[in-house]
Amino acid sequence: MGMTLAEKILAAHCGRKEVTPGDLINAKVDLVMANDVTAPIAIDQFRNLGVKEVFDKERVVFVPSHFVPARDIATAEQFKVMRDFAKEAGIVYYELGQAGIEHILLPWKGHVVPGDLYCGADSHTPTCGALGAFACGMGSTDIAVAMATGEVWMKVPATMRLIYHGKMPFWTRSKDLILHTIGKIGTDGATYMAMQFEGEALKDMSMDARFTMSNMVAEAGGKTGMMLVDDVTLDYVRPRAKREWTVYEPDPDAEYIETHEFDASKIEPTVAMPFSPGNTRTVSEVAKEDIKIDQVFIGSCTNARMEDLREAAEIMRGKHVAQWVRCIVIPATQDIFKEALKEGLIEVFTEAGCQVSAATCGPCLGGHYGVLAEGERCVSTSNRNFPGRMGHPKAEAYLVNPPVAAAAAIAGRIVHPEEVVGKVAV
Amino acid sequence: MTSKAHTFGDHIDTDQIIPAQYLVTTDPAQLAMHCMETPDPDFVKRVKPGDVMVGGVNFGCGSSREHAPISIKGAGVSCVVAKSFARIFFRNSINLGLPVLECPEAVDAIEAGDELDVDLSTGTIRNLTTEQVFTAKPYEPFMMEIIEAGGLVEYTKQKLAKAAATS
Repeated sequence: MGMTLAEKILAAHCGRKEVTPGDLINAKVDLVMANDVTAPIAIDQFRNLGVKEVFDKERVVFVPSHFVPARDIATAEQFKVMRDFAKEAGIVYYELGQAGIEHILLPWKGHVVPGDLYCGADSHTPTCGALGAFACGMGSTDIAVAMATGEVWMKVPATMRLIYHGKMPFWTRSKDLILHTIGKIGTDGATYMAMQFEGEALKDMSMDARFTMSNMVAEAGGKTGMMLVDDVTLDYVRPRAKREWTVYEPDPDAEYIETHEFDASKIEPTVAMPFSPGNTRTVSEVAKEDIKIDQVFIGSCTNARMEDLREAAEIMRGKHVAQWVRCIVIPATQDIFKEALKEGLIEVFTEAGCQVSAATCGPCLGGHYGVLAEGERCVSTSNRNFPGRMGHPKAEAYLVNPPVAAAAAIAGRIVHPEEVVGKVAV
Repeated sequence: MTSKAHTFGDHIDTDQIIPAQYLVTTDPAQLAMHCMETPDPDFVKRVKPGDVMVGGVNFGCGSSREHAPISIKGAGVSCVVAKSFARIFFRNSINLGLPVLECPEAVDAIEAGDELDVDLSTGTIRNLTTEQVFTAKPYEPFMMEIIEAGGLVEYTKQKLAKAAATS
């Protein structure tokens, strides 16, 4: 029987010719990651194992990202635990000033390559699935065991195939494709499954756009969200890769537990309304309701790459953020910050009245740098809008693509970008 | 010993179980102080050691934070019964030795405050208030081994010791 992309990669990592969904395997990992929230528990558990050294110093990476720079004494102590361990164990550690959000930093730095089995102690680890890798989020204890043994236990997931036919309309982005998908299949629609994205709409997408889709499989319950490797993937990987890579392809006779087909040309810019990423409606529909907002956040592991910043800046150029609205822009990594500076994007944002910060997850998880008060509304390019996610349990977050977020900042309410920049001749 | 049921709805995410602002410690007692604060601010005051948490579908969805099962365990909860679990939460709970049982029928038949008796070895859930009995979906044998070892760390330690002894 043929295998899906996920099954091919897992088979190769447990030394078998074939695996089928439901098989319990012990798989060798290519890369292990933890951040400032998850590393302290992983370190405790690693010590509890009584193991002296990590399995491979080059393949264990710690990235401080969530509460950077330290918010208070308690977070500073967590960073210290993480830094001290990294120093002692000799693993890869990215310090402030070189670091950023791990899901954007690690592929950018070439730590993740096609064909990898990559396990990270963060639910948005599947972001790297866009590279044709099996990237999977786990908890700290799993990561501690992987740090020690280089292996994880895994149940081979069934694969859900998602095909996007046609070309996306002018204002539709990869974010809208994935929000629309979650709206259709539900926030537990892909629980325990590997999602495999394909179709014409993906062929035209940059890696920046592809990462956004794989990032949000977590919001559908997916174990990983994989894409097939093509020239766009290899052009991204070639100058960065720290290791050799392997390109796997699904067999033509692979078996899928479900197949969903979408006409991308019919998917409009989408909003996930409070309090679920699956609570989706079109921007055009929502714009009619005159939803006034208090804050806009352009950032997070979902949408804080160069393409996202360019598109947001294009909307904001020569305009100003609406009165009584604050707009926070956070490029995902130090390298992206530098590029945005060179391209003049930071100037566009600051001239428009945005507050631009150095890399951090910050407001996405209500950690710091833009936490919401009771009753406040935020339009955000991030991935979650659960109660209390970005601050007070009664604050609201609306998830959108970067042009829609930028347009909302200018208009002071949720609008279609056309309302800000006029109709674009296509 | 019988336990009281504390009921919650569908899609209880880990941000609701323990908000991110409190993820600055690994101490179960400190994390327990904020367990379920968002959906039910009085939960921590009411919960007694051995009580059972009951949830709907997709319990524990969202972030991979292990602080979520740690805070539940720290609050004294003896097990979580839900209609279904999100995968990372399920995995984390097994790895940490927090029993989690999937049983939609039982959840539908449990009201807040019902007295329950849960037998983990057989997966039997008795609602003593309504005198109904349910059986949860059994664990995979491999997961049972992890639970019996007391969690993934102990399981791995035993495995590593065995490997060292035979090499």
